[in-house]
Amino acid sequence: MHDDHRVPADHERFRGDYPVVVEGLVNRFGTQTVHEHLDLKVRRREILGVVGGSGTGKSVLMRSIIGLQQPTEGHIEVFNRSITDAEPDANIGVRNRWGVLFQGGALFSTLTVGENVEVPLRQFYPELSPELRREIARYKVLLSGLPEEAANKYPSELSGGMKKRAGLARALALDPELLFLDEPTAGLDPIGADKFDRLTKELQDTLGLTVFLITHDLDTLYAICDRVAVLADKRVIAVGTIPELLETGHPWIEEYFNGPRGRAAQGTQARTQARTGAES
Amino acid sequence: MSEGAEFSFDESEDGAARLVLTGPWLVSTVGKVDKELRELEGPVAALDLSHVSEIDTVGAWLACTLAGRLGADITGANERAARLLKAVESSSNEVQIEPPRLPIHLRVPQQVGKRVIATGHGIAAVLGFLGQIILGFGSLIRHPGRFRGKALVHQLELVGVNALPIIGLMSFLIGIVIAQQGAVQLAQFGAETLTVNLVGRITLRELGVLMTAIMVAGRSGSAFAAQLGTMKLTEEVDAMRTIGISPIEALVIPRILAATFMMLVLGFYSSVVAIIGGAVVGDMMLGIPFWTFLSRIQEVVPVHDMWVGLIKAPVFGLIVGLAGCYHGMQVEGNSEEVGKRTTMAVVSAIFAVIVLDAFFAVFFTEIGWG
Repeated sequence: MHDDHRVPADHERFRGDYPVVVEGLVNRFGTQTVHEHLDLKVRRREILGVVGGSGTGKSVLMRSIIGLQQPTEGHIEVFNRSITDAEPDANIGVRNRWGVLFQGGALFSTLTVGENVEVPLRQFYPELSPELRREIARYKVLLSGLPEEAANKYPSELSGGMKKRAGLARALALDPELLFLDEPTAGLDPIGADKFDRLTKELQDTLGLTVFLITHDLDTLYAICDRVAVLADKRVIAVGTIPELLETGHPWIEEYFNGPRGRAAQGTQARTQARTGAES
Repeated sequence: MSEGAEFSFDESEDGAARLVLTGPWLVSTVGKVDKELRELEGPVAALDLSHVSEIDTVGAWLACTLAGRLGADITGANERAARLLKAVESSSNEVQIEPPRLPIHLRVPQQVGKRVIATGHGIAAVLGFLGQIILGFGSLIRHPGRFRGKALVHQLELVGVNALPIIGLMSFLIGIVIAQQGAVQLAQFGAETLTVNLVGRITLRELGVLMTAIMVAGRSGSAFAAQLGTMKLTEEVDAMRTIGISPIEALVIPRILAATFMMLVLGFYSSVVAIIGGAVVGDMMLGIPFWTFLSRIQEVVPVHDMWVGLIKAPVFGLIVGLAGCYHGMQVEGNSEEVGKRTTMAVVSAIFAVIVLDAFFAVFFTEIGWG
């Protein structure tokens, strides 16, 4: 895939197999090494779940991929364009093709939700008329599952779950091909988390998204992830579907998926499948 | 570069107009045609999407609203487009995004009214805050073990020790300016030697303390407001309350004590450094030897000038600390509020200091400390 270095036109969608390629990533903070020669490829149009214990550098990995964190060593490509060779804030032509949902939502607190969604539109497509921009923003707010009235509320007036949805609306503003979600269901009630999962899946289906999803939520992993990447020992120790992961026999993976919570999530998943099987 | 989104009219066999969309209909390409589309008039029987090379939610949105407005049916949508159209259809379009905005003849009285009410609430809130602080002091006196010595020492360092270089430099320069400018004017009466009186009295009575208060308001009053404001936003203050720590005792009182005490020290220090600055000018330009200048100060400046400065300084410090902490604790909502409250803390502190200074000037002269 490295031979294809032509710069695609503005609206061209990525046709390769791996929108995100991480090779030999090393991240060091002082004497502490977070990643040691980490490799990871994200397939096009998959939902890749990223799991790992606290402090294994899941968020650091995401920040490296989206160019917020200059790695010590290694090479990262997004849509065949190098992130690591570019200057931190350089225009590398991929920022309008990805959307990022940060853990706390990271909404601009002085703007309403609707205006938040308008920010990337204004930044990348200043030629859009204000009416169209407003219409797009409203539509994205609805798409993210928020009620209409939420569009003219300020972030401080929203609950945690609504903030996440508003953050998702902003991440989706430009119809990105690649979506980064950092613990989207953390801090949501089970019903809200379930709804968010289904929304992610639905959007991925409809919009043909590739999703990079950091999560601790076992239900999310079972319900919507096509593959799961496991971060441990400063590397990605395994990538695959959950049954494939369990076959590796790695003790951490065993404990993670076969612990009491893992079993509960597995059970829920089995019941859901049985129910949908019976209905169809 | 890419081609843009385009559309054209087409007559179908039965004579009804058909709108054919061509090219990519994406957020990056529809900007140009949007305006033309808005001016289109019906009736159009059908909207043909079969020649659209690519489409995203924005393109689908435009097609859908257009079809709805012109009363047209959408035809020729491929699988992806159909899915997007279905997703788009379910949303309506009547919501406001901007905060609601009244016409100007209503907005002005509304703003005035809001200000008046806010002022009323503000006065009540200031009184409440003062009351809380007095209660806080009261409970600290009853339970001296709860007093946060470490926090106080830390604040003393931030407010006082770290300010020594900048306040020293400022005061030294002010001393130089007063002596030099004063000498030029006094020379017209042949009274250059009175420069000593001028420098000694004005710095001890007025300028040392006043300039220091302004500097402390800018340095520490603003820091208090920004720190406490950020802590309110991140719910640290609420977390303290739930653990049973009173934010007034833990955050506000150490800061106010530090500002009050350090103003006393810094104000005096500032006056001393300013006098030294004056003495340097005296030595170099007026032919008054350095040590002679200093011993003349002892003779010509009455002791009550020093008391005037030392009485005013802690009062000013108290005002700066109160304003900073009060505005910090009033922060609510968003980061913009932190900036606004920080500005208000500094402006109101400096304003109050200058008003009080005028009051003190009259008061001390009246009681014979002129």
